[in-house]
Amino acid sequence: MIPEIGYFALVLAMALSLLLCIFPLWGAYSGNLRLMRAAPSLALGQCLFVIFSFCILIYITLTDDFTVSYVAQNSSSTLPWYYKVTSTWGGHEGAILLWLVMQSTWTALVAMMSKSLPWVLRARVLGVLGFLGVGFMLYTLWMSSPFERLLPYYPVEGRDLNPLLQDPGMIIHPPLLYMGYVGLSVSFAFAIAALMTGKLDNTWAKWSRPWTMAAWAFLSLGITIGSWWAYSELGWGGWWFWDPVENASLMPWLVATALLHSLSVTEKRGVFKSWTVLLAITAFSLCLLGTFIVRSGIIVSVHAFATDPDRGLYILAFLALVVGGSLTLYALRVSEVKSEGRYQFASREVSLWLNNIFLVVAMLIVLLGTLLPMIHKELGLGAISIGVPFFNKMFSILIVPFALLLGIGPMLRWKQNKLNTLFPKWTINVVLAIIITAAWLFGGYDHVAPLTFMGTALAVWIFLATATDLLQKVASQATIPEGIKRLGLSYWAMVLGHIGLGFVIAGVTLTSAYSVERSVSMKPGEIATLNEYEYRFEGVNVISGPNYSGHAGEVTVLKEGKKVVLLHAEKRRYNVGMQFMTEAAIDDGFFRDLYLALGEELNNGAWALRIYHKPYVRWMWLGGLLISFAGFIVLADKRYRRSSRTRSSEAVA
Amino acid sequence: MNPRRKKRLFTVAGIILGIGSAVGLTLYALQENINLFYTPSELVNGKGESHDMPFIGQKLRIGGMVVPGSVKRDDTTLNVEFQLIDTGPLVTVRYHGILPDLFREGQGIVAQGTLVEPTVVEAFEVLAKHDEEYMPAEVAEAVKGIKHEKPGYKLNYSKGEN
Repeated sequence: MIPEIGYFALVLAMALSLLLCIFPLWGAYSGNLRLMRAAPSLALGQCLFVIFSFCILIYITLTDDFTVSYVAQNSSSTLPWYYKVTSTWGGHEGAILLWLVMQSTWTALVAMMSKSLPWVLRARVLGVLGFLGVGFMLYTLWMSSPFERLLPYYPVEGRDLNPLLQDPGMIIHPPLLYMGYVGLSVSFAFAIAALMTGKLDNTWAKWSRPWTMAAWAFLSLGITIGSWWAYSELGWGGWWFWDPVENASLMPWLVATALLHSLSVTEKRGVFKSWTVLLAITAFSLCLLGTFIVRSGIIVSVHAFATDPDRGLYILAFLALVVGGSLTLYALRVSEVKSEGRYQFASREVSLWLNNIFLVVAMLIVLLGTLLPMIHKELGLGAISIGVPFFNKMFSILIVPFALLLGIGPMLRWKQNKLNTLFPKWTINVVLAIIITAAWLFGGYDHVAPLTFMGTALAVWIFLATATDLLQKVASQATIPEGIKRLGLSYWAMVLGHIGLGFVIAGVTLTSAYSVERSVSMKPGEIATLNEYEYRFEGVNVISGPNYSGHAGEVTVLKEGKKVVLLHAEKRRYNVGMQFMTEAAIDDGFFRDLYLALGEELNNGAWALRIYHKPYVRWMWLGGLLISFAGFIVLADKRYRRSSRTRSSEAVA
Repeated sequence: MNPRRKKRLFTVAGIILGIGSAVGLTLYALQENINLFYTPSELVNGKGESHDMPFIGQKLRIGGMVVPGSVKRDDTTLNVEFQLIDTGPLVTVRYHGILPDLFREGQGIVAQGTLVEPTVVEAFEVLAKHDEEYMPAEVAEAVKGIKHEKPGYKLNYSKGEN
């Protein structure tokens, strides 16, 4: 009975979504304020019913109700309770329900926090969000319900959560990623509402900005944690695979990053309007495309959620409707948009425009590399794979002008700038970056490849340029504390975000260049050496966990004869699915990670072990965290939010 | 030409130049980094109607079932050798390193590597799927002529690298 209540709650939520889609849009069209006023309560009601439904799914998972197909396939009675909760988004149907929770929460938040927005715009934004809600709820109810029963024959025991997903990273990674992914629908809704209203002024940009920023910050955090999770859980020391599923989240991120920068230009200078709208539409369309790629079963991927073609077809149709509809609207309205500001070539506008170009090109490269194998196959030309080298090569080319620009752009003023005052600073920074990089790399390593040097120098250049700009802005005030106080949180966020990117570039470059690994077969007592560390294999213990058993290899790491750490790498076998899992042992550090994975037992009592030395690998995630926190800091900036409030109330008056 | 038009011309020229070089670079990088997928039969008999065969030294991906009893491990090093099959011919895969968690005899795997002899692939990467019922989609199609069935699980590869 309880699962049916969950299903029924979703049906009610869907009904409210439908009303949310129709009433406000109709009201805005016909000028009926009463219809428009219904929007916030509908949004709230929809959200409550979805959350209620999700709570029921958690409840039936915790109580091991294996008559429900989803629970039987993704959970088991021996699973620890926190992984039972996790299993509610570990499979396709539950993940889509989590998507709905996020979607309706965003909708409710927009409804509650947009009180000072003109009613026509507010109603349209909520109406568009309602439409998206209908699309996804229909999908859930029709072909992807997590409440489907397995009656009358049901298993006494579930199939367990995929062992790969039994990891703390899995508890937080998908919700964060979805939060960002789905949050982009708010930027989309604002863009569509602005197009409908026909008023593409700075108001919508001001309003859209914090929401885009929030979604982007969550997306950044989700991607960062996803990468860290892959590294610590998959056991092969890798952190980015250029896998279609990963690419599906990277593409919207790239466009959302472009969107954030473009929104600031639209808001402050009144230019790039139509481009910004297009980016907002693109970002969300890429989220839908990503969902299609991941959920349709069209790809063979490292972690594809292969499902049946009907679902893929539905998402594809929905995607076509959303993209087609919004582009038609865009085409109808874009000619009315006029840019207000004028600017010269040497200006912040142009530097941000170039930033957008690079980010969009990067997205197109990822899109091409992801879709080409599928197109190739669907055309009957056979299966191909586009390897990691393709993406790495393209990105290492693209990052050069991008990083150079990033060091130049923030120093430029709006409208126009005389470059001759800035050239000396840039020259000094370039020279300094080269000197520091040379000292750093040639001092530490015997071999320095040109690409490694370049990547590191770009990171150093970003650090230097950001510091230069910061010092200059602080020094322009009377006293230093005064100068620091005058800089808003938004500025600090920019500094943090750019430094974060510097860390990411340095981390990726250095860990790619100087990571070493050895696969060895060792008997207890034997020692293997890698870089300046010695690894002494102590032997293997038998272990048993709540739902698995296996072996743990104990390895003492020594440096110059002194013990550094005892690593404990497990090879687990999960009881229910009889699946093997590697649980790598990691000794993490700011400058290097020691990473150990236990392989299989060999014929003569020896064990296969894989040892990695990964310098600077943590810098990538540190950078990713800084980038995400930059986004959250902006949200804490009162000026950022207040300005939007005062402006829009003026607009109403 | 008035200044406005001149500006526009520059912008358009810039965009064309940018797109042109991006496309050029992409095609160049693609040429080097596309790996064709073969099944053991395709590797031996050729692919498609034109019977395209890979040449020695070509980078490729091969997917098939690990022939039971064919896995040979070296006692002292981590060299391993096994045979793959789909419908007929056998292809030998050599690999140095630790095999992925779900590598087992009789299971479908995908290996990525270089063709060193007409039927020998030296792999630098071996992938196996995290599911009992799993067979790589391409292999399933080759063996049964059908698309793979809807699985109950979320599928995951585990990755082996040397």
